[in-house]
Amino acid sequence: MSLSSSTTDIFAAFQDHINKDQDVREEIRAAVRELEQKARALQTVLHAIHQTEGVVQLSAICETAEGKFEGIRQQMKELKEKVPADQYYRYNDHWRFMMQRLCFLAALVVYLKSERLIDQVEAAERLGVAVKREDGFHLDLDDFLMGLLQLASELSRLTVNAVTAGDYARPMRIAKFVGDLDAGFRLLNLKNDSLRKRFDVLKYDLKKIEEVVYDVTIRGLRPKVPEKEEGQ
Amino acid sequence: MHRVSAGRRNRRTDQRPTRRKENEADVDEDSPVIKLFRGYQHQLDRKHDKYERIVKLSRDITIESKRIIFLLHRMSGETTDMILKDAEDKLKELREEKWRQVAEELQTEDHHQYLRAYTAGLQEYIEAISFWQFLKEKTLISVAEVEEGLQFIRSSEIKEESTTTTTDDPTVAPPVESMVSTENDADKSNAPESQPVKTDLMHVLVPPTHYLLGIADLTGELMRMAIHSIGQGDFDLPFEHCKFLRIIYDAFVSFGNVDRELSRKVHVLRQSLQKVETACYTLQVRGSEIPKHMLAEAFSKSTADDLLSEEAPSGSNVGY
Repeated sequence: MSLSSSTTDIFAAFQDHINKDQDVREEIRAAVRELEQKARALQTVLHAIHQTEGVVQLSAICETAEGKFEGIRQQMKELKEKVPADQYYRYNDHWRFMMQRLCFLAALVVYLKSERLIDQVEAAERLGVAVKREDGFHLDLDDFLMGLLQLASELSRLTVNAVTAGDYARPMRIAKFVGDLDAGFRLLNLKNDSLRKRFDVLKYDLKKIEEVVYDVTIRGLRPKVPEKEEGQ
Repeated sequence: MHRVSAGRRNRRTDQRPTRRKENEADVDEDSPVIKLFRGYQHQLDRKHDKYERIVKLSRDITIESKRIIFLLHRMSGETTDMILKDAEDKLKELREEKWRQVAEELQTEDHHQYLRAYTAGLQEYIEAISFWQFLKEKTLISVAEVEEGLQFIRSSEIKEESTTTTTDDPTVAPPVESMVSTENDADKSNAPESQPVKTDLMHVLVPPTHYLLGIADLTGELMRMAIHSIGQGDFDLPFEHCKFLRIIYDAFVSFGNVDRELSRKVHVLRQSLQKVETACYTLQVRGSEIPKHMLAEAFSKSTADDLLSEEAPSGSNVGY
């Protein structure tokens, strides 16, 4: 009977669809795994900034870190080829976290080198992806912002360790920087999503940094150059 | 120690207002960070607004689809043709009023990004249109047919201005002005001639998985109708629906674990199928011993109780 045969056709097509989908996902997963490994390697390099000697060797550490980005861009190209055009958001769960992490690492390197905030275009360039969706495999804004929030957490840790390493000026600069970042984030009308939840952590990072600044200031460890903001 | 922490707390509360004041008043509009974030703000707002508009449309579509399904359930004997026609008109209207707006929102976007915003409406719509098509032609609508129905021509000139309004999106506003849909219903026969300009086509993506979710809901409706029809004295329909449900069930089971939601619906599908199978069994066994009208009466009583008690917990799954 025609009903059953046409229905069977419909479902056979679906089986085909599932199989193809799973193949694509398998390939994407493999490519993402590679990228995650590279990201971890880069992160290990950057973790050295928290060592006691770290703050002194910042430029050397950044140099090494810079060298890692080329490999990441290469691998990113691999991933890009695996993702069918216009289906970024169908599969992006596979690389979302990795992308956030890479954004964070890129932002950290830029900050350590020049103490300024990376922007979306710059981050995308560093990672070898497009900025806009129309241009193909791109850096999703949410992921980029997530990366910036991770940066704030890392800097709050660095604040503590910089003081331990005897760098008393750094906390003031970080406080200013993260304060600006916080002001920026407060401009955003966030929905009740994961970005919003992650943003809620920012105030604790900032608080932590302010506490360090306070501790340093009250003990008179603060360098001479007066800094207006945290003065109390 | 205590004093320090108390001091911290005070500082924190003092700090808040100062910082806030700072970023609203002086400094910041010139600060590069703030400038960047103004840009991000716009990007995010644009995305969220679009998402919300689609969710709203999806909700409207869900409501209207449910109404169409109820309408189809009221079908019986002499009203059949009238109701089928009525439902067809309503489905067409739904496409032109709501789905076209969704398509407008989605053009130039990655549909997957907004899929979550419109999947509820899509599933309900698929349930309604597949129900309608099954009742009318006894066939299962395919993904391609559903997708075809959700294609709209974006005409740059002429054409009527029937549904130009209601798009409250400033960003998409200019090109939106005049649009005309290819209203090829589920009637694929006139599809080819109604989409001449390939370039100006906008559509709504119908992912196969989400189509299946809609079809899973359809089975609940077929079960309802089968049970109800016995009470009406129609003893053929249950057998017909039973056969169809089996085909769908077999196929769904063969897919394995594709999607969590789908697995859940397959479970409900199994229950529906069993209800219909039991009904068919009863018809077969008792059909030989009681006169028809009495059987119908006996049946409607027992199954009505049955349905009420069994369906209560899983009611939300079955479709509405």
